[in-house]
Amino acid sequence: MSTHVQVMRYVRRLIAGVFLPATAAMAASGAGDWPTAAHDDAGTRFSPLAQITTANVATLRLSWSFSTSTDKGEEAAPIVADGTMFVVTSFPHRVLAFDLASPEHRLRWSFDPRPDPGARGVACCDVVNRGAAYADGRLFFCTLDDQVLALDARTGKELWRRKLGDYATGQSMTMAPLVVRDKVLVGNDGDAFGVRGFIAALDAATGQERWRAYSTGPDADVRIGSAFKPFYASDRGTDLGVATWPPEAWKIGGGSVGGWLSYDAQLDLLYHGTGSPAPGNPVQRPGANKWTSALFARHPDAGDAAWAYQTSPHDRHGYDGSNESVLVDLPIGGQPRHVLLHPDRNGYLYVIDRATGEVLSADAYALVTTAHGVDPATGAMRSEPSKEPAIDRVVREICPGSAGAKNWQPSAWSPRTRLLYLPHQNLCEDATAFEVSHIGGTPYIGMEAKMHAPPGAWRGVLTAWDPVGRRKAWTLEEPFPIWSGALATAGDLVFYGTMDGWFKAVDARTGRALWKFRTASGIVGQPIAFSGGDGHEYVAVLAGVGGWAGLVVSNDLDTRDGTAARGFVAAMKDLPAATSRGGMLYVFRLP
Amino acid sequence: MSFACPRTCVVAGLAALVSALPGCEREARRFDPVPIAPDARSRADALTSFAAGPPGRGMTERAAAGGYDERNAYVLAQGKRYYRWFNCTGCHAQGGGGSGPPLMDAGWIYGKTPGDVFTTIMDGRPNGMPAFRGRIPEEQAWQIAAYVRSLSGLVPDDAAPNRDDSLLGAPPENLREPARPEDKR
Repeated sequence: MSTHVQVMRYVRRLIAGVFLPATAAMAASGAGDWPTAAHDDAGTRFSPLAQITTANVATLRLSWSFSTSTDKGEEAAPIVADGTMFVVTSFPHRVLAFDLASPEHRLRWSFDPRPDPGARGVACCDVVNRGAAYADGRLFFCTLDDQVLALDARTGKELWRRKLGDYATGQSMTMAPLVVRDKVLVGNDGDAFGVRGFIAALDAATGQERWRAYSTGPDADVRIGSAFKPFYASDRGTDLGVATWPPEAWKIGGGSVGGWLSYDAQLDLLYHGTGSPAPGNPVQRPGANKWTSALFARHPDAGDAAWAYQTSPHDRHGYDGSNESVLVDLPIGGQPRHVLLHPDRNGYLYVIDRATGEVLSADAYALVTTAHGVDPATGAMRSEPSKEPAIDRVVREICPGSAGAKNWQPSAWSPRTRLLYLPHQNLCEDATAFEVSHIGGTPYIGMEAKMHAPPGAWRGVLTAWDPVGRRKAWTLEEPFPIWSGALATAGDLVFYGTMDGWFKAVDARTGRALWKFRTASGIVGQPIAFSGGDGHEYVAVLAGVGGWAGLVVSNDLDTRDGTAARGFVAAMKDLPAATSRGGMLYVFRLP
Repeated sequence: MSFACPRTCVVAGLAALVSALPGCEREARRFDPVPIAPDARSRADALTSFAAGPPGRGMTERAAAGGYDERNAYVLAQGKRYYRWFNCTGCHAQGGGGSGPPLMDAGWIYGKTPGDVFTTIMDGRPNGMPAFRGRIPEEQAWQIAAYVRSLSGLVPDDAAPNRDDSLLGAPPENLREPARPEDKR
C-alpha cells in the first residue's frame, strides 16, 4: 500500500471514528475492516457500520462458528482485512485465516508458531493472546514465549520471527501489536515474575529491533532525553527510574508493557501504559518506583519519551497502568482539547491532555477506598494511609483490589453518543504482605489476597461514562465480572460478553438489553464488527472462558482455596457451575 | 632438595590411608548436610534397581537418605516455610493453584509419591514447572515434597500443620482429607 493510500485510509478512519456520525454509506472497502485489536490507532473499538441497529438487532442470528481447538482463555479480537478474518488462539497460538469471500467462510490457511510449552509456567493470567495486527499484507502477532512473528496475510507463510526475551526469566508476551508506519510496536509481560518491562519497535519488513525503551532504570534506557517534557514537577529530574527505587531493585522492578498501545498521527505520538512494580509487596520497594504504573507518550521513530505520568506512584495494590488510552477530541471547559481517556485500574477515569500530559480530570468510576483523588496542582494521587499493605497483618476492604476496578478488558468509544463504554468489575480484597525473594522464572509477588464483591454489589459492571460531564450516563450489572472487551457501533449498539456465556447487545444510549445469544463457554474476548463484502454487516467474538478471572475454570483450580489465582478464586467460586472450557469463534449477521 | 621417601614408601602410605577411610566414614556425624548436591540424579540412579519392582523404588530409598519423613511435624513445618520462601505460593497458592495446577485435589499430573514430587521440584516439568536444582538444598526439597503431599491430606494429620500465620485461604492442612479412597489412612 502506498503511503498516500495509507494516509487516506487513516484519515477516513479518523473521520469515521472520531469526528462525524458515521453512516452505512461509509462501509466502502477498508472502512468495514477491523485491522487491529482496537479497530483504529485511536483505540476506539467503534465500527462505523450501521446496518445492525437498535431497531433490528433482535433478529441477529448466528452465521457461522468454528472451534479454536483450545481450552484456555480466548481474549483475542478477530482481525479483518483484505477479505480475510484472522484469529490468534490462546496457547499454542494457532492462527486461523478465514476466506470471507467464500460462501462457507472456508479456512484459507492456518499457522502453528510452535511456541515452547515451558512458557506456560510464566503466564500470570492464563495463556492468552490479545490478537494480531494487520498492515500492508502482513499479519503480526506475539507468542507467550516472547517471539514476535510476521506472516504473509495471503498465504500464511512465515516472513520473519524475532525473539525478544527468555521466558525462563519470567518474561512472556500476550499483547496485541500496533503498527506505526514501518514499525511494529510490542511489549513484554511479567510484573508478577519480576521482569524489567519494556516496549520495543521492530522493523515491519525484517523484524530487526529498531529501539527498545525500558520502564525502569537510567534515563538512557527509558529513552528520556531532551524531548522529555513531563507536565508535573515530580516527574522531572535525572535517572528517576533508578533514584526512586532501593539500590538495584529497578532491574527486577516490573513495569511491563503488556497492555494497549494507541497512536496520534497528527502529534506523531505513541501512547502506552506500564505495568505494576515488582514485587507486589510495596514494603520491599520504598519510593515512587518510576516509571511503573504510569502512562508514556513517545515519538515512534526513536522511542524518545515526550511525557510521562504515574497514575499510581509506589503502586501499593498492583494496579498497573497498562489499560487502554482512547484518543478523542472533546470540548473541555469550552475549549476543544486533544485528550486521551484512560480508565485506570486504580478506579479513576483520567482525561489527560495528550500533547502535554496534564490531567484535566480524574474521577472515580467505581468504589475506591484506597485513595482520595488526584491533587490538581501536583498530579499526585492522594493515597489512603490505612490501606497500605503491611507484613503479616491483613488489611481489609482494599477497593479496588489488585485486579483493579477494571483490568485488561478494553473499553469502546462512540463518537455518536460521546460515551466511553467500560466493561469492568466490582471487586475489593483483603490482603497481607510477606517478604519475597527474587528467583528468576518464579513469581515475585509477596502478597496474599482474597477478593470479594462489596456488600450488595454485582461483580460485573458495564459503565457508559460521559467524559465531558464527568459522570456515568448509565450502568448495567452482571453476576460475574465483565472480562470481555466492549464494541460500539454506528447502529448505536454496544456489544459485550459475559463469563457465564452470554453475548449481548444493548442500546448505546440507555443500556437497555436488546439481544443475547448463549455461547458454549464463557466470553473473555473482544467483540468486533466488520463488513463481509457481501453487503452484510457481521459481528464476531471468541468465546472460551479463562484469563485471570476465569483461571478457576480454565486451569481447573480448587475453589476450597480462596487465595488461588492470587486471590481471584475467592470471588469466583460459583463460576465452574456456570460455564466450562472450550474456545469457539462465533459470527453473527441479520437474516 | 631430595625426597626422603622413595616411591614404594609413598605407595605404602597411600594404601594405609585408603584402608583407614571406611573407619572414618563410620564415625562421621554430618550435622550440616551438603546444601546443594552436585547432582542428585546420578546418585538416585545409582540407587535404582533395574530389576522390575515397585515404581519409584530407588527414589524411596533416596527419600529416606535425604531425610524425608512425612510423619514428622518438624519436617512438614519446615516444608511449609520453604514452600513460601521458594515462591511455590505464587503459582500454587495454598494448594488451590493459579498459573500452576492445584496441589490439594486428587489430580497428580506427574505423580504423587515423595520421589515424584521431589523430581518435579528439582528437575521441573516441561509444561511450565521450573527446575529448582541448584537453588534448593536437597534436604529442603524433600521437606517441601512432604508438605506438598500434606496439602491433599496424604500425610498423617497429627503431623500436618494446623495453623497459618497468614491470610486463611484454604482449610488447615491437618483437616484435609485425601480425595481417593486408596489414599485414606
